[in-house]
Amino acid sequence: MNPAMRHVYGWLLLTPAAILLLAFTHFPTVATLFESTFSKGNIVRPSRFIGTGNYEAMMADPIFWKVLVNNFWFAVGTIPASIALAIAMALLVNRALPGRPFLRLAYFTPTILPMIAVANIWLFFYSPDIGLIDQVLSAFGFSGHNWLGDPSTVLPAIIVMTVWKEAGFFMIFYLAALQNLSPELEEAARLEGASRWYFFWRVVFPLLMPTTLFVLINAVLNSFKLVDHLFVLTKGGPDNASNLLLYYIYENAFSYFDTNYAATLTVVLLVLLALMSLVQFFLLDRRVHYR
Amino acid sequence: MLLKAKRTLVQLVAATCLSLTAVIAHAKTELTMYYPVAVGGPLTKIVDGLVADFMKANPDIDVKAIYAGNYNDARVKALAALNAGQPAQLSVMFSIDIYELIEQDAIVAFDDIVSTDEERAWLNSFYSTLMENGRTAGKTWGIPFQRSTIVMYYNKDAFRAAGLDPESPPATWEELVAAGKKLTKADGSQWGAMIPSTGYPYWMFGALAMQNDQVLMNNAGDTTYFDAPATVEALQFWKDLGSKHKIMPEGTIEWGTLRKNFLEEKTAIMWHSTGNLTTVKKNAKFDFGVAMLPANKRRGTPTGGGNFYIFKKTSPEERVAAMKLIKFMTNPERSGEWSMKTGYMGVSPAAYETAKLQEYVKGFPYAAVARDQLEFATAELSTFQTGRVRKALDDALQAALTGAKTPADALGDAQAEAVRLLKPYQ
Amino acid sequence: MSDLAIRRRYSAISTSLETVAAWVLAILWISPLLYAVWAAFHASEYAINFELFAPLTLINFQEALEQAPFLRYGFNTFVLVTMLLISQLFVCTLAAYAFARFNFAGSSVAFALVLVQLMIAPEILIVENYSTLAKLGFIDTITGIGLPYMASAFGIFLLRQAFKSTPKELEEAARLEGCGLWGVLWRVYVPLARPTYLAYGLVSISHHWNNFLWPLVVTNSVETRPLTVGLGVFGAPESGVDWSIISAATLLSVAPLLVAFLLFQRQFIQSFMRSGIK
Repeated sequence: MNPAMRHVYGWLLLTPAAILLLAFTHFPTVATLFESTFSKGNIVRPSRFIGTGNYEAMMADPIFWKVLVNNFWFAVGTIPASIALAIAMALLVNRALPGRPFLRLAYFTPTILPMIAVANIWLFFYSPDIGLIDQVLSAFGFSGHNWLGDPSTVLPAIIVMTVWKEAGFFMIFYLAALQNLSPELEEAARLEGASRWYFFWRVVFPLLMPTTLFVLINAVLNSFKLVDHLFVLTKGGPDNASNLLLYYIYENAFSYFDTNYAATLTVVLLVLLALMSLVQFFLLDRRVHYR
Repeated sequence: MLLKAKRTLVQLVAATCLSLTAVIAHAKTELTMYYPVAVGGPLTKIVDGLVADFMKANPDIDVKAIYAGNYNDARVKALAALNAGQPAQLSVMFSIDIYELIEQDAIVAFDDIVSTDEERAWLNSFYSTLMENGRTAGKTWGIPFQRSTIVMYYNKDAFRAAGLDPESPPATWEELVAAGKKLTKADGSQWGAMIPSTGYPYWMFGALAMQNDQVLMNNAGDTTYFDAPATVEALQFWKDLGSKHKIMPEGTIEWGTLRKNFLEEKTAIMWHSTGNLTTVKKNAKFDFGVAMLPANKRRGTPTGGGNFYIFKKTSPEERVAAMKLIKFMTNPERSGEWSMKTGYMGVSPAAYETAKLQEYVKGFPYAAVARDQLEFATAELSTFQTGRVRKALDDALQAALTGAKTPADALGDAQAEAVRLLKPYQ
Repeated sequence: MSDLAIRRRYSAISTSLETVAAWVLAILWISPLLYAVWAAFHASEYAINFELFAPLTLINFQEALEQAPFLRYGFNTFVLVTMLLISQLFVCTLAAYAFARFNFAGSSVAFALVLVQLMIAPEILIVENYSTLAKLGFIDTITGIGLPYMASAFGIFLLRQAFKSTPKELEEAARLEGCGLWGVLWRVYVPLARPTYLAYGLVSISHHWNNFLWPLVVTNSVETRPLTVGLGVFGAPESGVDWSIISAATLLSVAPLLVAFLLFQRQFIQSFMRSGIK
């Protein structure tokens, strides 16, 4: 092949992907920024450039701040818990315990379900009085609770459901990593009289750091993307106690037809995502133990 | 051999030409309509049935009825379809979407379509209270189809067990509290009453406010009265039902599971749409009754439900066809049928005079409660920027009911938000 | 007792404790799904007034199918994931080939730009992407649902990795036999990357079978609606919930993927594992 032709061929091969990515990732990102500087238009008053107008309105919008706080707590609630559970599950499955295929199946199956189905199932569990959890509680003599209708319990309730769905997914990656660990390490640790706990914290966990980083990135991205359940469970209520940023964006764009404000909110979301990625890559990368 | 082939070819061409002509001559008008379902029961099948009957009676019109979800979904989908250049000629949408739709220049007023005196009379043949949400700026934009009011369902067996007269349900706020106290069981297995506060809390609240002789907005759709003293009082009463009188669970009560709760006898009284009537009737294992909502200063309830709207982006033929469909779906016989199958109201006095519905009401008098309540009814909350204004009120109601804010504070915040949103329209 | 014996006893006890813990967790984890399955096959009353051995019934499935066309939804979803996977395989193979074997000008910048999509999924830019799709006229089409996902950064990444690790000698050998650029791709790289293709395929199918938000805004009518959106619209709280029917509807929606998973567990799990190893 003519060496100069490799440039031509390279770009030609890349073209289909390039067009699609430009159209649905890069161009919209720029367009979002652009749209966020215009006001909401309709037939009577067309949209006009207002610079930072939408951003000022956003800063003064109590729902915006509530939504950010919710996203924060949602992330803090789901990420450490699902990672810890995922590691525990991976460790358990990795040992040759009786019934291992069943264990693996049980832990992983929730991942295969769509979030909307998970939400439907858990909606029944959380229903006050007639729901499963309240029924079990009353069988033991405890009074029920309006899990999804009480602003102080709605977010924890959603977090529990999300951890149920996500833990199995992360378990798989940890399982892969554990199976790649050399068995001599465990031998050596046992010979040196190290306890299992010590072995785990000082040897295994640091070696799992690359996986943890990968899982962490996934988990953070998911915590922003996962809003399907709100459509079935609470629609963001009560009084925005369970509202999340992407759902608020959807409401503004498709219920109120204010695509400009929705674009403003999207810009915030993009900035947050970029920040998260940077933080994870630079800060954590330094503590990761590559072999 | 060749001759035979030629002959067949000629025949084929001739047949094609003839059928093409036939097709052109019988060009069907195609209508696409979106509609929502907001109450229980196999409503999509009933709508499909009505549409099928219409197409049989009008072979030159083809109707595609698309079930779009709830009221919000229906509006979103219909407008999205229009914006994306897809066909949609008419839709059933929330009666209160009217200002939004006018602002988007999406719908056409019926006054601009009707041409004969007969049709103009037809516009006036519906209940005037139901037309309130469909009229503004002197024109008619929506025709009632699946309309309702809130009614009070109550468990007669539970009344008897508590020593109350099953034939005289509470008629005032005080009576409601008194009855509720007797009906609420100490072990928590049965509450006195439940008023839902998710889903459409502002709708339930409209009833309470009206019972306190207070409307929530003005006719022009640009002013709200969320922080009027009577409004705050109404919210305080709603909250007190749970926190002070303990006849209702505290916090929010889920709209979707309320009917189930009532059928499972977890509550002796429920406030819900009359659209649930037929489903409740079919599934209740106990003796139940339906009554008008209790009064405070007066009786009151908002109307609710969906209207037919015709979109602006329609050709004259499509408008004629759409009018035919709407007239068909809302004529007295059909409206009567629809009412019997669902529990929604008949939309015109004439509907209640049809033989079938008269007989039905005689055998099941509760079917007329919503109609009788029309006398005390008022329009549903509807303003410009209706989605956001409603959300502000919904949030305030939920905040007050969960104890996060006092009713006065919550409604004050909601009013401030509404004023901010509506200022450009005043 | 000797030190070793103590150790052994301790190890045996902790193993049984672990087994118990693992099993309790597993049962806890699978019970919500088991309950939904149970509720779907028993009449409504039993969902609330639990009676383990109540009679089985198929009426909930009947009702669910009557109330919404789940079979059509299933068909739509099947068409969607198939079409999407084929497009992804095509687009991503070409792009990965370019990145792996053609050292073309600007390739590192281009690759970085491709990786941006790992972070900014199409749903994040839902407002703009919807507007783009509307202008292109793809609203309410199955193709429209798939379009933003056809160029998958994840796929390009995995395949590039796989192609890069193919020994150069094989390419040279193929060249000697007279293969051109396409021949090399088709005969050398693609066959050797089969495990990666399989892995990616299963991940893609699972992800798009279960996708909800984007299909929700793109589809309006029954002819294009996938199962997840159908289930979401079906369970809209306003129509009042009947748990058994909703459980039946939920099962109808998840059944195809779940059954496929149960039959091909090993492959699924290995796919996810493989796609995680960087």
